[in-house]
Amino acid sequence: MKATAIRAGFLTSVQDLGRTGFREFGVSLGGALDTHALRVANLLAGNDESAAGLEVTFGGLRLRFPDDRIVVWCGGDFSARISSTYLAAGHPALVRGGEEFSIESPALGCRAWLAISGGINVPVVLSSRSADLRAGFGGVTGRPVRDGEEFPLDENPQRAKVLIDKLRREKIAGWKPPHDWSNTARREPVLRFIRGVDWNRFNDGTTQRFTADAFIASPDSDRMGIRLDGPRLERSEDVDLLSEAVSPGTVQVPPSGKPILLLNDCQTIGGYPKIAHVIRVDFPIAAQLSPGDRIRFSEVSIADAHALLLERERNLERFRRGLESHFK
Amino acid sequence: MEIKALGDSALLIRVAENFDDAPGDALNKVLATKRSLEAAQIPGSIETAPAYTTVALFYDPTRAIDAGAPIENVFGWIEQRIRQALSNAGEIHADRTETSLVEIPVCYEQEFAFDLDEVAQHAGVHWKEVVDLHCGADYRVHCVGFTPGFPFLGGLPRKIATPRRDVPRKEIPAGSVAIGGTQTGIYPIKSPGGWNVIGRTPLQLFDPEKDPPVLLRAGDRVRFRSITREEFERSTT
Repeated sequence: MKATAIRAGFLTSVQDLGRTGFREFGVSLGGALDTHALRVANLLAGNDESAAGLEVTFGGLRLRFPDDRIVVWCGGDFSARISSTYLAAGHPALVRGGEEFSIESPALGCRAWLAISGGINVPVVLSSRSADLRAGFGGVTGRPVRDGEEFPLDENPQRAKVLIDKLRREKIAGWKPPHDWSNTARREPVLRFIRGVDWNRFNDGTTQRFTADAFIASPDSDRMGIRLDGPRLERSEDVDLLSEAVSPGTVQVPPSGKPILLLNDCQTIGGYPKIAHVIRVDFPIAAQLSPGDRIRFSEVSIADAHALLLERERNLERFRRGLESHFK
Repeated sequence: MEIKALGDSALLIRVAENFDDAPGDALNKVLATKRSLEAAQIPGSIETAPAYTTVALFYDPTRAIDAGAPIENVFGWIEQRIRQALSNAGEIHADRTETSLVEIPVCYEQEFAFDLDEVAQHAGVHWKEVVDLHCGADYRVHCVGFTPGFPFLGGLPRKIATPRRDVPRKEIPAGSVAIGGTQTGIYPIKSPGGWNVIGRTPLQLFDPEKDPPVLLRAGDRVRFRSITREEFERSTT
């Protein structure tokens, strides 16, 4: 069974929770830039949280389904529709076979994650269905979804069938996850960070500016990283560093002094000094940064970062249990 | 041994301080550390990423907490387990090295060797001598990264070390063999890059359908062999 992308939009790709186990071979983590949003959308659609969905950048996507499906989307401030009916973020909805789902350009933020019951059934390559757009594999033959493209869906799981029956009349469920989980774009975004491996290679003035000043997301940004304009960050010593591991969330500073916030498709090792690492619970905010957005950085301790992550995981676990009644 | 947080879900273990003085020692320490970490199966650990003098360990803090790590000190808890694992390993692995030798055929003809003349000029030798020097040395893979399957090789003869290009090329073809400073490497997929391209191999260095997906991995020994344009064509068809 295949869904059809009548229009693929600006940049739409198949993503799941990413690939692990291949970093030592230079293979990027990849996966949805906001895995939390995709996990939430999948749970609401009756899927396993790791099912592959679509990452939609700047909208413009129009989809048609071969049969009845539950769809759920979470992310930036988009406007989505089933035929002509408005569909708010986070609400599970029934899309009948032949009906059209569309998502327009966002008022705030830039990305949305769409879960479709059954999940997108492209082949698993190196432990994931995610498209690695830089290396050209995974997803739909290693590239973004194209206009007119058909891609396979797995069968509706039992949970989704239950929900499809329940939504025959009202079509759109009245319930949704916490607002912060479904609507992830923020005005005046702040990214919390812990000090980078090379924090001490920057002088006091530079580290102060890093937390005191605002940075602007540059148009020259993609799934590999967000280039930031703002105060020039100068190193106090000018030594060549040997390449070593970097991670999504790492803020590295090339010789230009303009920092780059690395995202999921970043390379596995790099040679630029690392001034900071954005904490994982704030990746959803980073994933919504659009060209021209102003952001600030705020320091937290690693213990706080872990406590926040644990709290989010526990909340998601409670949410998963709370959903059970809807699938019976 | 320094262990530093690389964000809230990874850490960086520096196993060697000096690289240039003893690159082979650094590599052996990195490989031994990687093996010890994998054998120790520290709760929450996901995977490792070796580099020149460091090994990164990626972990899931939630799983570490479920296994008993205190919420307020997950990092310290994992750090302690790493130090334990590495001290237990002791000297057992210190001299062990991977012995796999891979021969890489390279066509150094002008069509593929965009920067061979610059490298020759920089070294003050004829281009044929650059090829002889490049093929005459023994290399080892220190790490794989930049793009999937890209090997960072140590062992380049000092004479032909050449600084990176001031302006990186927007597109370097797959298979390009290149020199960047004292390192040499091979571009597995078409990508931008700032190294000096001196030839091209018909071998495929990255194939996502294979297990492992790469031709070369950290620790492997490498030699280059010069081939003609005809041999190159034969190998690619």
